[in-house]
Amino acid sequence: MSNHGDAAVHHVHRDDAGAKMGMWLFLFTEILLFGGMFLVYAVYRYQYQEQFHIAGMELNTGIGTLNTIVLLTSSLTVAMSIAALQKGNKFLSLLLLYATQIFALIFMVNKYFEWSSKISHGIFPGSPELLSKPNGQILFFGLYYVMTGLHGLHVIIGMIVIAVVIGFIHKDMITRDDYVKLENTGLYWHLVDLIWIFLFPLFYLIQ
Amino acid sequence: MSVNNKHHIGYGTYIIVWLALLAFTTITVTVAGISLGRYTLFIALTIAAIKSALVINVFMHIKFDEPIFKAFLGISGATLLVIFLLTFVDFLYR
Repeated sequence: MSNHGDAAVHHVHRDDAGAKMGMWLFLFTEILLFGGMFLVYAVYRYQYQEQFHIAGMELNTGIGTLNTIVLLTSSLTVAMSIAALQKGNKFLSLLLLYATQIFALIFMVNKYFEWSSKISHGIFPGSPELLSKPNGQILFFGLYYVMTGLHGLHVIIGMIVIAVVIGFIHKDMITRDDYVKLENTGLYWHLVDLIWIFLFPLFYLIQ
Repeated sequence: MSVNNKHHIGYGTYIIVWLALLAFTTITVTVAGISLGRYTLFIALTIAAIKSALVINVFMHIKFDEPIFKAFLGISGATLLVIFLLTFVDFLYR
């Protein structure tokens, strides 16, 4: 279907460029959503430098680094899954998407352990332990929970979308010649990775 | 029909970019351990920006896609920059 010269002969109602444009517009709104939060973070970090420093030391850099590696690798597997489908290798494409799901799951499991350890130490929004700390630290942990929480929600949504895409590929509804759904899912997943690239140094690498 | 200028990126390119991303992660974690005072945040954000550029250009195909997508990204980046600048001007000089 894609490799004939005269496109006017059979006109199929399909607009891959349009679909991608729609996805990018959506990503635009996502960038602004997280951008607003990064803005709040920037202003408060500027205002409470010392407190952000003290609070940031309490986060586990090791788990943050591990999750960074996991998420970067999941981005690689999604990108390679598209390449595999373009080459007509459905099996490899699916395999790489399943790998992505496993990485996403590892990310969320790490997040679960990280959050539960914080919560068991009495640090969660509104906890007496946290409220007894100075304002800057309350703000730091508030932003930490909201921003990594919203990011985690995006990871979960991404996993659901990838699961649907896996189903589509199995049923040949996404194929070598028609894979814009997989491409758009990839774009979304890379954006989730992109946001983490900034969350990681801002929360876990404070010195 | 599908996008006319189909530029398919091979596995090798993706793996090289992934290795570069891992290398930059190692650098940023190592640098964070060294006390560089006020440069620490600057270095961390510069490395994050380099990593983003790699993800956007290669993983998200922006480098090989039609210019309209670059325009989309440019507009969202510029919007964010303006919002940041205006907020900080307001915050610092109020």
